[in-house]
Amino acid sequence: MIDARDLSITFGMGASAVHAVQKVSFSVKQGESYGIVGESGSGKSTILRALAGLNKDWSGELRVKDVILSRKRSIDFYRGLQMVFQDPYGSLHPRHTVNDILNEPLIIHKFSDRERRINQVLKEVGLGSDYRFRFPHQLSGGQRQRISIARAIIISPSILLLDEPTSALDVSVQAEILNLLQGMRAAHNLTYILVSHNLSVVAHMCDRLAIMNAGKIVEELDVEHLRQKTPEHPYTKQLLQASTGYDRSIADTLEWFD
Amino acid sequence: MQYLLNVEKLSVSFETPKGVVDAVREISFTLGKERLGIVGESGSGKSQTGRAILGLTSKNGSVSANHILFDGADLSRMTERDMRKIRGARISMIMQDPRYSLNPVMRVGEQIAEAFRVHTRASRRQAKDRTIEMLNRVKIREADKVYNLFPHEVSGGMGQRIMIAMMLIPEPDILIADEPTSALDVTVQLQILSILDDMVREQGMGLILISHDLNLVSSFCDRVLVMYGGQILESLNASDLNNAKHPYTRGLLNCLPSLERQGELAVLTRDPKWLEGGYNIP
Repeated sequence: MIDARDLSITFGMGASAVHAVQKVSFSVKQGESYGIVGESGSGKSTILRALAGLNKDWSGELRVKDVILSRKRSIDFYRGLQMVFQDPYGSLHPRHTVNDILNEPLIIHKFSDRERRINQVLKEVGLGSDYRFRFPHQLSGGQRQRISIARAIIISPSILLLDEPTSALDVSVQAEILNLLQGMRAAHNLTYILVSHNLSVVAHMCDRLAIMNAGKIVEELDVEHLRQKTPEHPYTKQLLQASTGYDRSIADTLEWFD
Repeated sequence: MQYLLNVEKLSVSFETPKGVVDAVREISFTLGKERLGIVGESGSGKSQTGRAILGLTSKNGSVSANHILFDGADLSRMTERDMRKIRGARISMIMQDPRYSLNPVMRVGEQIAEAFRVHTRASRRQAKDRTIEMLNRVKIREADKVYNLFPHEVSGGMGQRIMIAMMLIPEPDILIADEPTSALDVTVQLQILSILDDMVREQGMGLILISHDLNLVSSFCDRVLVMYGGQILESLNASDLNNAKHPYTRGLLNCLPSLERQGELAVLTRDPKWLEGGYNIP
């Protein structure tokens, strides 16, 4: 469904060039949920942005549904692939109502049954048509993230790219959003790529995951290995230990991987 | 046990165009030479509690308390002039994001030295030496090089260590840390906490750690207060957090995704009775 071969992404030129992603390869099957985990600056979001066509300075090969992607993407491409962003406060237009926000993708992709789709998608994300004419500032963080998800799935794509969808939310709201995303994937047979710094969130949501550090995938493993805490790479082991909470003995033995 | 801080019936409320909002409602607690965690979701009043102790509540808010006792004095009745002698020197506070708390046009070393000179009568020379020593203590390598950097030249983790160095240089009795590590990576988070841990153990400092992260607080602190709707619902030893009785605390713990649990996550259902005061922990 999604294939990346030797994907490299560089910002800047010459001596000040930053090699954010270096020769990364992975593939995601139809209906699979794939996680990318890493600390800040590891290049995980950059990969997602290149896939979504938000960043054009990449090299290597990207394929979606066996079609090789060019720098410029067609409208049809976006019909099948949508993205949900991290910050529900920054990703919704503050002066557009929920109705406007949900209408826009429908107009771009020339859907005729807009009315029905908006009502249906609002119900699906657990908000109902009462929310149709509200503005983002009248919604809580969790409700806004529900609208972001509704906006992404309203045109029935087959792939969702999720960039830290719950890291700005309280844990109780996070649980609701993760349940919603799980249910949505089952109901529509969606393929997910989920980027997160939180190992537990990825373990909960994904079948397989890649651990990234300094622009490279250090290890790819299935979630069973993560659950049994048997990763191979020392970086993954350290990340796993550090994620379990404060432990003085672990804090004193931390190493830096570059 | 001797108390460093004794708070009784602290309330904070804000005048807003939509009426009065009670952010903190008559909470009481004490702090000794220990690591006290305050956990809660956004809007639970945990940060406002920390700010009210230091008299940093914004102008549209009002604070009332029976007393906030610190070293024989009542902070809630202190004049701003007297408060300035306490704030920073004896009780200090670390905020969440170092990028917004450091002066962007001043070298980080000078900012730390300034914090020292404001509270002591040290000379420039002494302040600089003390700053370098402090930077070493918060495990910054090449401290004399970092001394001359500007805030935009340091990473988030280093920025937070600089903030900690600045707050700890006058050797305060109490440190209030408001989400000091939530903007940082997990490995950096552990390092920052181990520095705070040392300060509590070596200097007998009292630490209030405000956080939304239950796992972190239960593994790091000695005691935990669980806040919701401006009230303390439950107070327990951190090691007992997993045996918490209150349905809110239980709900918060159950809705966390974990490596061990699979299947649908439990969703927190709230009960208005929790805030009516009549609710007894089963």
